[in-house]
Amino acid sequence: MSDDGLLVRRIREGTVIDHIPAGRALTVLRILGITGREGYKVAVVMNVESHKLGKKDIVKIEGRMLSPSEVNKIALVAPSATINIVRDYKVVEKQKVSLPDRIDDILSCPNPTCITRQPREHLVSRFRVLSRRPVRLQCIYCGTILDEDDVMRQLMEG
Amino acid sequence: MQGWAGRDVVSILDFSREDLEVLFEETDRIRRLVAEKGRLRLLEGWIVALAFFEPSTRTRLSFEAAAKRMGAETLGFGAVEASSIAKGESLGDTVRMLDSYADIIVLRHRFEGAALYAAEVAGHPVINAGDGKQHHPTQAMLDLYTVRTLFGAIDGLSYAVVGDLRYGRAASSFILGLSLYRPAMVYLVSPPSLRVREEVRMVLDEKGVKYVEIERLEDVLGEVDVLYVTRIQRERFPDPREYEKVKGSYRVTLKMLEKHARKGLRVLHPLPRVDELDNEIDASPYQAYFLQASLGVPVRMALLGLVAGVLKQ
Repeated sequence: MSDDGLLVRRIREGTVIDHIPAGRALTVLRILGITGREGYKVAVVMNVESHKLGKKDIVKIEGRMLSPSEVNKIALVAPSATINIVRDYKVVEKQKVSLPDRIDDILSCPNPTCITRQPREHLVSRFRVLSRRPVRLQCIYCGTILDEDDVMRQLMEG
Repeated sequence: MQGWAGRDVVSILDFSREDLEVLFEETDRIRRLVAEKGRLRLLEGWIVALAFFEPSTRTRLSFEAAAKRMGAETLGFGAVEASSIAKGESLGDTVRMLDSYADIIVLRHRFEGAALYAAEVAGHPVINAGDGKQHHPTQAMLDLYTVRTLFGAIDGLSYAVVGDLRYGRAASSFILGLSLYRPAMVYLVSPPSLRVREEVRMVLDEKGVKYVEIERLEDVLGEVDVLYVTRIQRERFPDPREYEKVKGSYRVTLKMLEKHARKGLRVLHPLPRVDELDNEIDASPYQAYFLQASLGVPVRMALLGLVAGVLKQ
């Protein structure tokens, strides 16, 4: 795990999300719903050198093992990310993220007359994944298609 | 093939051509039965809720007629009452109420996805009678049934769908319905700003439907068996001058048909029409839209019967 050891110590138990494209660690945390108020120790390392990516971000969460199904949706902004489960300072499980077939809740349908956009209905948005690279999603309610630019714009600026 | 009983009818794409063949055969049978007996009792004791949050004449009345001719009772409301009924109530809550009063819910709503959402909320089957610009599956069913009645088949014919292909749900649903079949060619005729939406084009591409997007109807009229005309809505144009430019080119006249059309061409229109279809066509052999409108009732009778599970599967 490159030179980030200089910045943040290794964690004993928890999850390390590595190989996040530089500058997207905070977006990854937002997608995971981690605000910092949950009480876990969270380390965010940004713009460190990476053989694969040139520069990368890393997120470490102490005391919480994230399951692949929880983490896979970060593939929307970090398709290159790897998930490392750490126990007793050792990586016991390593997995690449892969986008699930469905993305619920984290995006908003861009169609203003979609039923999911009506505040009164309290409806969770749901998208089916049409393509992974490039990312293409379709709202299951109104059929609207989101391309990668739409998704990135929403998640990075949201 | 999935069985029909208890099924929601949200999009025409939820159905296979085998499903639709069952519907069409049952419609044939219903028409014979109605000719003999007038009113049937197959849905006696059933209550069908007609929840029309958006204005509708044809669809609402034909559902009401269909339900009553099947022996069912109806309750419900139209757009005017809907605004006072809703009074800030969510669609979800209204649907829950209807679900406890009725056995089948027919819903029209101005938001895309309303029918799917209602189907998720309701325990009883939900039939989409139009959700925003998206789907109008029962219109597509009766349109396809009309073609089958006129030509004996849906495969192998050439179609031109004309008008507002972007926001018109009848046109979109008819085009999606054709993707279940093997049309020889589908001409999508519209101004560039009203071309089919990306998700509709995606389905055509996936299913390998042969189609061309063009702007001038006259160019292809000689190749077409079924001319499906829809209204171009003036309000969709950001610039009224643009509308003025294109509106004439989508007005179908008898003269145009006599000059360009192939013999045997039939004109369909989901109605109501404004001025895109010349009244002179009404008395010509091209006209098939009144037959189409009249078939709305038996197709919806068969649909209600199948969804209720009282007809053969």
